[in-house]
Amino acid sequence: MDYALIWAILISVAVFAYVALDGFDLGVAMLFPWFKKEEERDIMMNTVAPVWDGNETWLVLGGGGLLAVFPLAYSVLMPALYMPVIAMLLGLIFRGVAFEYRFKTKRAKVLWDWSFIIGSFVAAMSQGIMLGAMLQGVAVVDRAYAGGWFDWLTWFTVFCGFAVVVGYLLLGATWLVMKTEGDLQKRAYPLAFKAGIGLFACIAFVSLFLPWHDPYIYERWFTFPASIGLWVLPVLLVILTIGLLNALTKKQQVRPYLWSLGLFLIAYCGFAVSIFPYLVPREITLWEAAAPDNSLIFMLVGAAILLPIIFAYTGYTYWVFRGKVRADSGYHD
Amino acid sequence: MIESLFSDADALFLARFQFAFTVAFHIIFPAFTIGLASYLAVLEGLYLKTRNPVYQKLFRYWVKIFAVAFGMGVVSGIVMSYQFGTNWSVFSDKAGPVIGPLMGYEVLTAFFLEAGFLGVMLFGMNRVGEKLHFFATLMVAIGTAISAFWILSVNSWMHTPAGYAMNDAGQYIVSSWMEVIFNPSFPYRLAHMLLAAYLTTALVVGGVGAWHLLRDRSNAVARKMFSMAMWMALLVAPLQVFVGDLHGLNTQEYQPAKVAAMEGHFETQTRAPLYLFGMPDEATATVDYAIKIPGLASLILKHDINAEVTGLDAFPRDEWPPVPVVFWAFRVMVGLGLLMLFLGLWAGVQRARGQLYQAPWLHRAAVVMAPAGFVAVIAGWIVTEVGRQPWVIYNLLRTADAASPIAAEGVGGSLLAFIVVYFLVFGAGTFYILRKMAANPEDVHIPDYAKPQPVGMAAERLMNEED
Repeated sequence: MDYALIWAILISVAVFAYVALDGFDLGVAMLFPWFKKEEERDIMMNTVAPVWDGNETWLVLGGGGLLAVFPLAYSVLMPALYMPVIAMLLGLIFRGVAFEYRFKTKRAKVLWDWSFIIGSFVAAMSQGIMLGAMLQGVAVVDRAYAGGWFDWLTWFTVFCGFAVVVGYLLLGATWLVMKTEGDLQKRAYPLAFKAGIGLFACIAFVSLFLPWHDPYIYERWFTFPASIGLWVLPVLLVILTIGLLNALTKKQQVRPYLWSLGLFLIAYCGFAVSIFPYLVPREITLWEAAAPDNSLIFMLVGAAILLPIIFAYTGYTYWVFRGKVRADSGYHD
Repeated sequence: MIESLFSDADALFLARFQFAFTVAFHIIFPAFTIGLASYLAVLEGLYLKTRNPVYQKLFRYWVKIFAVAFGMGVVSGIVMSYQFGTNWSVFSDKAGPVIGPLMGYEVLTAFFLEAGFLGVMLFGMNRVGEKLHFFATLMVAIGTAISAFWILSVNSWMHTPAGYAMNDAGQYIVSSWMEVIFNPSFPYRLAHMLLAAYLTTALVVGGVGAWHLLRDRSNAVARKMFSMAMWMALLVAPLQVFVGDLHGLNTQEYQPAKVAAMEGHFETQTRAPLYLFGMPDEATATVDYAIKIPGLASLILKHDINAEVTGLDAFPRDEWPPVPVVFWAFRVMVGLGLLMLFLGLWAGVQRARGQLYQAPWLHRAAVVMAPAGFVAVIAGWIVTEVGRQPWVIYNLLRTADAASPIAAEGVGGSLLAFIVVYFLVFGAGTFYILRKMAANPEDVHIPDYAKPQPVGMAAERLMNEED
């Protein structure tokens, strides 16, 4: 059995789970500047407070999993992405502590609001930059990163950073549509609409630019008839965007969030298709990076048993905190 | 690589300093939350059993402090999981197949469990009912202990590697998972650390209780926490001395150079002395200004006053750990441990005399000792981690050969950022925790759980109630 491939898929699932779940946390935080009232911000934060920690755990699984099953990729990518990784970690510190600190003080509440906003923005931006840096390739010599200090910083990676910020804003806004009501919800709709159009534009740009710029990716997408199956992705992208904008126009509650997740999934698949089978693009394939089989099997057994349990109790947590979040009493479900 | 102003040695030093700084900061929070999670589970269980409102107040008082400390532990812990790659990429490549899966299991069995049920524990009381809430608290407590299990297994493997082989790419691979996980130093290290966490928490709880007793002896909630904490100190401190001794004997067997540095033994000798005080000098291989008890080290380490104890002279000079750091950190840890033992006994005597709540000097001592657990934990980790130098995987991989190909400027810059951010962010968190601790536990507000409330409301009440 091809354990390396199974693990590549599992790690992809973990990273996607992270993006899909922590994405709306970070997005809600980055939407704070559009919602200035303290009471609104309390509600917004409380929509994510019970679940953010679990959401962030997927990032730990992504990092830990990469170390466990693809140690070579981990040990090349981390030095290559050194500065964005450190920036992301520091950003996550500022946003993570804000959940508790914000409610512990009156005077410094504004300070922790900004800690929440900027921390989330830096984390989202860094993640986008890492994504862009992986797409543009990483220099490797003799099992180690051999590029320069600022290889990760180009206009393209910064563009990808903004694209992820816009995407998380979309997830955050549609999450608020789902979890809030009244004036707050009303104002989240147009924000989600703009972010939806923005994300579509970003994905479309990257999809056109990369094949034009990179012959390898061109070949992957434009070798007919072999690539024909891949073209379902751009078609779906258009359909999902229309579905999203339509759901927002009709003021639907839950569907905008689901459409947004679909949009992310398609973009994510496009990314995976473009770099497969490399983990460090054009240098190290997933098979070259994989740990010995017995390490992969040992962890696979655990993952096979534990992941369904994790999904179950994570789902349970979301179920416990289902429904709209309000500041006033008069709760009805 | 870009040209560097600094040498590789600087980059290595900065990488080591960065890891030491971030991990020492991080360990403060788990050392507290492992114990506190269990304490909370005990409190909630006792409340459900006895319906004594004092337990309910204690639970609500400490759960808010737990939430802040846990949050700080989470964010400082995520840094650790990426630091292996950013600064120690050679180590990650070589040891990843062995330690990676153990850390993967930590995430799968512990982190998700803690994080998943933490939300219910903090915000879910009015949504799930008492029994399920208690279950959530238990899951969080169990999660913290499982987490300690895996991460100490990883750490112990790096001290006493077992069950491994090497592949063609120069990576360590596993020949037996059982031998890897239950490597020779693991059981001792795990027991020592878990007891340290419980003891640390007991001292903090006891200190806070004593602080409020000094203001008002009749404070029933403060009495209960002080009493429970002093029971813990009385029972756990002696146990910790015993387990610590076993751990030391294990270290003597597998890492004799470390023990030699701890004891300041430069020479292999019979009737080896125990240095109570002294200034180890590596250049002259002597301990200056020594106050020593002849034969006692032989007695402790070999349980025979005349036995020969291996000194640093049995090892090549380039395999010595930095002796003064290890020597002193060890004395700090043991000294504080003995003070904890004394505090527990003192409280035991006062309790027997029926004077536990009428002993202001005992209460003052408990307040002073409140942070002692943290200091002892960090000192203990310095002993074991500095003491295993120059190895990162004992006798297999030198620390100097394990670092990333990152220039000193990069490591130094990120180190500076971590230092500034940690002091700022965790300083603020510590301030909020201390403010919570200063609040009178008698005044804890107990919301009416019978009436269902919207999430936002409940969450806010829980966190804001005394503002």
